[in-house]
Amino acid sequence: MATDTRVILICSGKGGVGKTTLTANLGISLARQGLTTAVLDADFGLRNLDLLLGLENRIVYTAQEVLEEECRLDQALVKHKQESNLSLLPAGNPRMLDWLKPDDMKRIVDMLKEQFNYVLIDCPAGVEDGFKNAMAASQEAIVVTNPEVSAVRDADRVIGLLNTNSIKPVQLVLNRVRPKMMANQEMLSINDVTDILALPLLGLVLEDEQIIVSTNRGEPLTLNSVNSPAAKCYLNIAKRLQGEDIPLIDPLKESSGFGAKFRRLMQTKIF
Amino acid sequence: MTMTLRDIINKLLRRQPASASTARERLQLVLAHDRSDLSTELLDQMRKEILEVVAKYVEIDVDEGAVSLETEDRMTALVANLPIKRTMTGQIQLKEPPKQSEEETEGTDQKS
Ligand SMILES: Nc1ncnc2c1ncn2[C@@H]1O[C@H](COP(=O)(O)OP(=O)(O)OP(=O)(O)O)[C@@H](O)[C@H]1O
Ligand SMILES: [Mg+2]
Repeated sequence: MATDTRVILICSGKGGVGKTTLTANLGISLARQGLTTAVLDADFGLRNLDLLLGLENRIVYTAQEVLEEECRLDQALVKHKQESNLSLLPAGNPRMLDWLKPDDMKRIVDMLKEQFNYVLIDCPAGVEDGFKNAMAASQEAIVVTNPEVSAVRDADRVIGLLNTNSIKPVQLVLNRVRPKMMANQEMLSINDVTDILALPLLGLVLEDEQIIVSTNRGEPLTLNSVNSPAAKCYLNIAKRLQGEDIPLIDPLKESSGFGAKFRRLMQTKIF
Repeated sequence: MTMTLRDIINKLLRRQPASASTARERLQLVLAHDRSDLSTELLDQMRKEILEVVAKYVEIDVDEGAVSLETEDRMTALVANLPIKRTMTGQIQLKEPPKQSEEETEGTDQKS
């Protein structure tokens, strides 16, 4: 049905930087824009996407049974209750890792492409087989990183691999931005990270403790808490993916008053 | 390397630079190595040989000399910073031209 499906790999290298949270929120946001979206949990070792979406109790079949032809694709897909445009294809048993090949991932994704406008692949951490299998089935990629040395370094490794495998475009999402620390120059700035990695910035996501509440409930922020700081960021990212020209929020302007003015002055580049 | 007002004030007050600039510098160094696939041993070997070649022509301060990888926009460059020792009169101290090998001398003879 959909012929121009976009297949996007969501990866990072380093673990725990926010891939799964981004996949869940982007899935909700795109679905809300009326785009049929499949989120594929490619983290077979440590699956979590089902939990973040609150769909863990509705899984009957997984990608594994689809590949083994024990069920049809639509039997394995779990449709989201509120956002019916969004479906999850759950990860199978961790033992799948023993036999899964890049071609298997391609088969799964080819099936999804027939039904959906977007296929978002939640990638495992690392640059080993799990990542490589997922990459083989992808056309474009979003690299998630945090403004921290180790996360940026690992992102750089992944970007190198994406480049050699002709995945494009590759865009950056900078997650867990803390405006105050950035203003005090105790955190790598947005420009530092985009300069070092030389990638276009798809968006930044503010540090937001509401994310913990939303994971507790299995309701991504973009579902019911659209006014929280991070939810706005995720919504903007979804709109930019769709080609809308949404200006970046300036984290320095998030804080106001004399303190903020002073911090901005101290950031003036002298040379 | 860019410097902000805060960096300059910190420098004047002999305070530690804000950690973001330290992070930036450390990242740039480590990524240059990550991207080049050159091991530290190979880089050291190359550094030694480059210094040897240059030392044939000019007197350099070996202790101050640095050969490093720098990176910008995913392009990596080999950058050599080799301070040349000066004489009392302020001139660059050129060494005696190194003895040319037989082949090279023959080559110049043929040209003239
Ligand atoms: N913007 C944010 N603000 C606050 N906490 C966040 C933010 N983004 C992610 N987190 C938290 O960071 C943790 C890791 O997030 P997540 O599971 O999405 O990362 P991941 O990259 O998928 O990890 P893994 O590599 O293990 O799959 C979670 O506890 C999540 O709640
Ligand atoms: Mg994850």
